[in-house]
Amino acid sequence: MLEMINVSKRVGNELHIDNVSLKFERGSLNVLLGPTLAGKTSLMRLMAGLDRPSSGDIQVDGKSVLGMQVRHRNVAMVYQQFINYPGFSVYDNIASPMRLAGVDTAKLDKRVREAADLLRLTEYLDRMPLQLSGGQQQRTAIARALVKQADLVLLDEPLANLDYKLREELRVELPKIFAQTGAILLYATTEPHEALLLGGQSATLHQGKVTQFGKTIDVYNNPQSLTTAQTFSDPPFNTVALTKQGGELRFGNANVANIPQKINALNDGDYTAAVRPHHLSLAPSEKHSVAVQAEVGTSEITGSETFVHVNANGNRWVVLTHGVHRVNPGEQITLYVDPASLYLFDHQQSLVHAPEQYAQG
Amino acid sequence: MVAKTVNQRAWFLVLPVLFIVALNAIIPLMTVVNYSIQDTFSPGVFFFEGTKWYQEVLSSSRFHSALGRQFLFTAIILAIEIPLGVAVALAMPRTGPWVSVCLVLMALPLLIPWNVVGAMWNIFALPDIGLLGYGLNWLGFDYNYTQQPVAAWFTVVLMDVWHWTSLVVLLAYAGLSSIPDAYYQAAKIDGAGRFAVFRYIQLPKMKRVLIIALLLRFMDSFMIYTEPFVLTGGGPGNSTTFLSIDLVKAAIGEFNLGIAAAMSILYFLMTLLVCWVFYTLMMRGEDET
Repeated sequence: MLEMINVSKRVGNELHIDNVSLKFERGSLNVLLGPTLAGKTSLMRLMAGLDRPSSGDIQVDGKSVLGMQVRHRNVAMVYQQFINYPGFSVYDNIASPMRLAGVDTAKLDKRVREAADLLRLTEYLDRMPLQLSGGQQQRTAIARALVKQADLVLLDEPLANLDYKLREELRVELPKIFAQTGAILLYATTEPHEALLLGGQSATLHQGKVTQFGKTIDVYNNPQSLTTAQTFSDPPFNTVALTKQGGELRFGNANVANIPQKINALNDGDYTAAVRPHHLSLAPSEKHSVAVQAEVGTSEITGSETFVHVNANGNRWVVLTHGVHRVNPGEQITLYVDPASLYLFDHQQSLVHAPEQYAQG
Repeated sequence: MVAKTVNQRAWFLVLPVLFIVALNAIIPLMTVVNYSIQDTFSPGVFFFEGTKWYQEVLSSSRFHSALGRQFLFTAIILAIEIPLGVAVALAMPRTGPWVSVCLVLMALPLLIPWNVVGAMWNIFALPDIGLLGYGLNWLGFDYNYTQQPVAAWFTVVLMDVWHWTSLVVLLAYAGLSSIPDAYYQAAKIDGAGRFAVFRYIQLPKMKRVLIIALLLRFMDSFMIYTEPFVLTGGGPGNSTTFLSIDLVKAAIGEFNLGIAAAMSILYFLMTLLVCWVFYTLMMRGEDET
């Protein structure tokens, strides 16, 4: 078990990590989700022991490891760049951590070949790293991390520099590969959908703070703050300030009378409503009953989906809809919102209402 | 097989380049070749001599000793400047305000013209008024580069190290700067020590720039002329008469045009050969890494 207790890291005048407390169990898969510069790498460096926290404690199985040197920590790390020893063959690269640890030759050979087999590198064992494709280079780096049989495996955006197809493949394989080792697996990513695909637990990071930590799907469905919600949404949540009065929600010049029971139970007052881009519709339906006027900014068609960027009463919104829809910049369109898909946050941006169908997680 | 379209007009576009290359390389070179196989007594009067000058040069002990001095000098220069340059580059800060200070300091010697370097060291090393010469004598060393061959060599080597190590430093530093920080982290996590980091990460990553540094320093030191000429004029005696100084002496001092031309061709071929060896090494390295 790895535990971070009130850990902060200050560099100069900047607070890179702000009072973080996290607990990871053996054999667990954990995602660190946050935009660039949110502190994912800083946090990993602290866990690995490459940096010392300015305050707070890091404990493994209840014992502080702050005084322990990196090489004694039994940590493995894989980076966004493909890091291998440039002058070593793939075989020697995979063997390198064991050679440093003094593992005997027969055992070393067996483990290298097992790892190479698992990562489909067997036929490339004699090659030099730069003779490999990016995916194979990263597989080599992963194999190196694997043979180390580390207690803590840190994967810092390991797939970010790979092309789409390889990324899909490796993302499925990675958790499986490390699952048998019983290591604590940490995976840093900027992409919400990657966190969802990986599952496990997620910690959302924003400006050096952990805003929420829990089962990935729970964090996604019940973000406790607007910040967490935005970190875990790509494209971002569409937000609008609204007022609840009696049985009605008012925003701009629209009134919504037919509101869900649970929202009706809230106190009257000002709220921030947020709705996911794919919960907006370009066509009315029984559920999508609230109409909002908007002006089209731009639209992007990915093939199976259309992103429409609009200006709705001064709010910049994005609509994500299935299929190809042609809309022209400057065109006035009507969007339809399903009131049941609304998240509501109070004036402190804390969650007060999540959509019913997700509430159980 | 797909037939290639043939466009003869392309040759026409190459002509200007051919013209310029002919003017500045081929014609002068062929003139030298001309001189190296003929004898002349007055303008326009030439006698064909075949390989006579070449045989004479190759069998002359004067050429042998100049060549020996040249190789010794180049070997000493490379043995000092390459490791020293790498060491300085490793010691330089990677970030912060001192980076630019260091880079400027390193670049300064490179900006000084060769003859000025020679003149500077000529005065700097004088035993009676030069800081270096006077200082060494004051410390109890009997040092006078105008009279002692060893002192002259010491001065010429020191001068070249001062002048050109910076080039190796800058190249090695550029190689080091291109290594992502993650490599050092990875090494640290693997438990690799300082030497292992140098041997297995920094050195392989610097390999290509170091080959370039080696090539540049080889060519430059192999062709050195100005600095020793200004410093000692090739003396005392012939002790610092390197190939190019010897060549100029033969051509201009003694007006042995045939000998000088044959020496030039041999000199050129040697440089070419070594560059070719380096080039093939470099290309092979390209495949490996």
